Amino acid sequence: MKVMLVDDSKTMRNIQKGILTQLGYTELEEACDGLDALSKVGAFQPELLLVDWNMPNMDGLTFVKKYREQGHKTPIIMVTTEAEKSRVVEAIKAGVNNYVVKPFTPDLLGERIKETLSRIAA
Amino acid sequence: MDQSYIIPFIKSVQNVFETMLQLPVQIGQPEIKHPGDSGHDVSAIIGMSGDVEGSVVLSFPTATATRVVAIFTGTELDPGHEDFADAVGELVNMVSGGAKAQFSGKDVTISCPSVVIGQSHQVYGRKDVVAICIPCESDCGQFNVEVSVRQDTSAPVATN
Repeated sequence: MKVMLVDDSKTMRNIQKGILTQLGYTELEEACDGLDALSKVGAFQPELLLVDWNMPNMDGLTFVKKYREQGHKTPIIMVTTEAEKSRVVEAIKAGVNNYVVKPFTPDLLGERIKETLSRIAA
Repeated sequence: MDQSYIIPFIKSVQNVFETMLQLPVQIGQPEIKHPGDSGHDVSAIIGMSGDVEGSVVLSFPTATATRVVAIFTGTELDPGHEDFADAVGELVNMVSGGAKAQFSGKDVTISCPSVVIGQSHQVYGRKDVVAICIPCESDCGQFNVEVSVRQDTSAPVATN
């Protein structure tokens, strides 16, 4: 499965890469903000995206809206420090399929990924 | 500064370090920061705006920051390495995000973090907002969370 990690923090992308690799996902692409992600999704054709919210140039919410406007139905998990209920609702309305609040444990991220993919498959 | 803004930062820094680094943090007595107080070697700074405005600084001596970053990244990094600043910046991002989520009924936005590295530097916030220093102790050494925020009096009262 091809997974794209969109986060301006290389540290966070590396942590997510480690967790995904342990789960058996090895086809990974990275983007450092929403603009970078938009430029890479066409060539990479991700089957799952993990997207941060607060990023320079283009934030995660704007990216999700633009990506959905292009007609993509690929599942998206927002992985962010934005924990308020109003933010979660805003993200879901924009087209996010699941939500993980930082800080997170490897087990939690793994569970949310499996949950998201099984929902899509159902 | 409203003391109720301090507890969320205490809870958040403990949660972030415990969850991401498996590193328990003991909290000392918060104190008002004064100009000329001892400087920092590594500072990660984030701005808050909206119903609550100001800044948050996560500051370390070099040795503590080096140990913390090694656990967080799984790699021994020199403070001059760009990934070192990235890691410290992500920590203040999570601490600030976790704290603002506890500001009940407040709509607050946080900035992207900035990181300053340099021996014994000073970080000055707004002159009209008191800064509170929260001393933290961990197995990696001592560090501080400095909170300098206030309610934006021009903002309408939130109702949710």
